[in-house]
Amino acid sequence: MLINILFYVFSATLIGAALGVVLARNSVHSAMFLVLAFFTSSGLWLLMGAEFLAIVLVLVYVGAVMVLFLFVVMMLDINTAQMREGFTRYAPLGLVIALIMIAEIAYVVYYRHLDLNAELLVAPTTAVAVSNTKSLGAVLYTQYAYPFQLAAVLLLIAIVAAITLTMRARPNLKKQDISAQVAVGKADRLQIVQVASEKRP
Amino acid sequence: MIGLPQVLLLAGILFSIAVAGIFLNRKNVIVLLMCIELMLLAVNFNFIAFSHFLGDLSGQIFVFFILTVAAAEAAIGLAILVVLFRERKSINVEELDMMRG
Repeated sequence: MLINILFYVFSATLIGAALGVVLARNSVHSAMFLVLAFFTSSGLWLLMGAEFLAIVLVLVYVGAVMVLFLFVVMMLDINTAQMREGFTRYAPLGLVIALIMIAEIAYVVYYRHLDLNAELLVAPTTAVAVSNTKSLGAVLYTQYAYPFQLAAVLLLIAIVAAITLTMRARPNLKKQDISAQVAVGKADRLQIVQVASEKRP
Repeated sequence: MIGLPQVLLLAGILFSIAVAGIFLNRKNVIVLLMCIELMLLAVNFNFIAFSHFLGDLSGQIFVFFILTVAAAEAAIGLAILVVLFRERKSINVEELDMMRG
């Protein structure tokens, strides 16, 4: 019973937060609503027994991705009023498409009686239940070891791409050119000047 | 009782809201990126729900990889956005016609 109440409260909060992301006038408010959406999703994932991913969602998304979003939103000087133009023009189309999609998904989900009448359970069924993190790691590092390394390479590519894209050559920047320093020879620096010696008076 | 249909419906509603958001916020690229994040979240919901109700851990592994890809996508997308704003002083989608697509 408590599980049902929790599920419905979290679901309502999640849908409200998603509507807030879409409808908020200010991009900063949108980002904050997205943070709320990620938090409530994390709660729902906990209810479905995905503890590790729930924590990862909070750490990675709320802690890193959303902070990045907020940085970018605040760095860019956005004209909010201009951004809202055309909102009412596209509102009916967006609403109709969203309602059609919800109706289709609901029809499919309820028409096809999915043969899974399992309740949303949270209590561990066995006394010595292995933790979610441990069992996930056991699968991830054996069966999915190769995709895991590919994911690491993907993240490396993302780092390199993001840095290369945003790096720019600033004018008047005094920086060290090490190869030029090493390649310098005696002739570049030292100049021997023959000076006539002073005559004794 | 909460079963698989309820969770799938929740994910469907979330996805539809994100699609509607892409239609509504035609101008603001940042909100478009946030809507894409919401869509990925809805898909992750489906994976986790099936993983829980079928008792198979592979779904959670897939969510792990989707989170990785989504983080990379957000980082590169925001980097492109910053470069774009530096060039054009605007993030209006309708003005982005440099490539004549």
